[in-house]
Amino acid sequence: MSAQESALRSYWDFYLAGMRQRIQVGFQYRAATYMYTVGMLAEPVIYLVVWRTIANQHGGTINGVGAGQIAAYYIVWTVVRTFNIVFTPFGWEWRIREGTLSAQLLRPIHPVHYDMADFAGQKFPWLVMYSPLAVGLALVFHPSLHPRPLEILVFIVAIWGAYVIRSLNHFVLGMLTLFTTRATSVFQIWFLAELLVSGRLVPLSFMPHWAQTLAAWLPFKWTFYFPIESLVGSMSTQTLLTGLLWQCLWTAIGSVLVFVAFRLAIRHYSAVGN
Amino acid sequence: MQAVVHVAGLEKVFKVPEREAGLRASVASLFNRRWQDVRAVDGVSFEVGPGEVVGFLGPNGAGKTTTLKMLSGLLHPTGGEARVLGHVPWKRERDYLRRMTLVMGNRNQLQWDLPALDSFELNRAIYRLPREDFRTTRDELIELLDIGDLVRKPVRQLSLGERMKVEVVGSLLHLPQVLFLDEPTIGLDVTMQKRIRSFVAAYNERYGATVLLTSHYMADVEALCKRVIVIHHGRLLFDGRLDALVDRFGAYKTIEAVLADGETLTLQVPRDETSAATARLLADHDVHDLTVEDPPIEDVIEQVFAS
Repeated sequence: MSAQESALRSYWDFYLAGMRQRIQVGFQYRAATYMYTVGMLAEPVIYLVVWRTIANQHGGTINGVGAGQIAAYYIVWTVVRTFNIVFTPFGWEWRIREGTLSAQLLRPIHPVHYDMADFAGQKFPWLVMYSPLAVGLALVFHPSLHPRPLEILVFIVAIWGAYVIRSLNHFVLGMLTLFTTRATSVFQIWFLAELLVSGRLVPLSFMPHWAQTLAAWLPFKWTFYFPIESLVGSMSTQTLLTGLLWQCLWTAIGSVLVFVAFRLAIRHYSAVGN
Repeated sequence: MQAVVHVAGLEKVFKVPEREAGLRASVASLFNRRWQDVRAVDGVSFEVGPGEVVGFLGPNGAGKTTTLKMLSGLLHPTGGEARVLGHVPWKRERDYLRRMTLVMGNRNQLQWDLPALDSFELNRAIYRLPREDFRTTRDELIELLDIGDLVRKPVRQLSLGERMKVEVVGSLLHLPQVLFLDEPTIGLDVTMQKRIRSFVAAYNERYGATVLLTSHYMADVEALCKRVIVIHHGRLLFDGRLDALVDRFGAYKTIEAVLADGETLTLQVPRDETSAATARLLADHDVHDLTVEDPPIEDVIEQVFAS
């Protein structure tokens, strides 16, 4: 076995062990996980009700999108949101103070992998617990959803792509905490931008052309709008595959940023916690 | 013999913001922020040979933990150089991280909600340990610390002492050649302290590991270390054998004599007058039993800091 093969197998082994650990925690605290999942529904249900009401007031559609499609958008939104939840940059201050980062740095693996494995594992209990809720939402809001097999395939890849891009971006953001202990204002600006041009608050197709153009050049769209639309919308095969390529590009950019930012930030680490 | 730990002129300066208390000072600091340079480690040099167990002593804030954090690659130094097992620690090369460990008394590297065995399994994957070797080492360490019944309970249900024992095993599963132990017995009761001590001694003997240990419990140091390094205000004050430290800084000896009538006399005499005082005591009294003792190591260390 070559050194590269061996390294890949080791990473695979680590991810399996890390995910397994998180899945166990998720099921062990199933009540808490369930409450969290239910709580997560509040945001998309509010958006869904608001946009459906607006659609009904405009003859049943907004920009040619019907109420059933809006329902489908926000129900799929919940799945995408479940997948793109990653370790928050706000948690870095806690992580430093509690000595968790120090414990990670003492081990022969890049700290980004802990978050990636941990939150990847979390998806499975969430998904299991979310499934009955999704059925309930479908019964109440009657989504219009007729995906092709290719769309389903692209969606499965895209939700993991969204997860990886968001993990890398948030890791880079979190590392700001190593330069200044109060980096939260930067995080707030980031999340505001994400809320507005990712498709989280408003489907991008409802936004003005200039906003859609801007969104195309930022990473946010590829973590919300694209995965949702890959299943809900009627994208051509070329658009679907180009979208996956964009996700690959943002993954590459995120990886480089993590690598560079980590090398710079770690020199400033003062290990002030435990 | 080549040193496992080589430290030369190691320095660490922290830039710390400072201001007076109160709202006015808080507003003023917006425009004129003042910084203070805190020299946590100030030109420390020493070497540790293979298999040595060295006590790293000093009062709170002396720079012990900062030094250990630099040697384990957590901190970048401001100046000086260090090599551990031939690696520059703060380059954080994987080969180096696989061969050392830093155990801190208040660190929690275990998954809180799961039995420690699950965290051990994650460590196996992180350190890329072959499954068979991992199981053998794990079982051996569990047996050595007698924690077979603890590793199956969720970590959050363990007491502080139990958790520390499990932590120590978790930190050693990859059989590190260098152990940096930062107050591994802090907060533990006497029995638990003894257990950890004998475990470290056994590990050192079995695997020939090099150990650099900080502790405020002198019993730890006396039980494990023949050699001690004393630092204060970031500077090295003493580096040598523990008994040489006592010879050099133990200013007095304690003579205890039990007289024939059952009365006990306890005298503290300057070290260089011990022989004369003992001779006079024997000449002047009918002595039934006599002991001459060095001062407790705590007093010696206090004397070192005072000097």
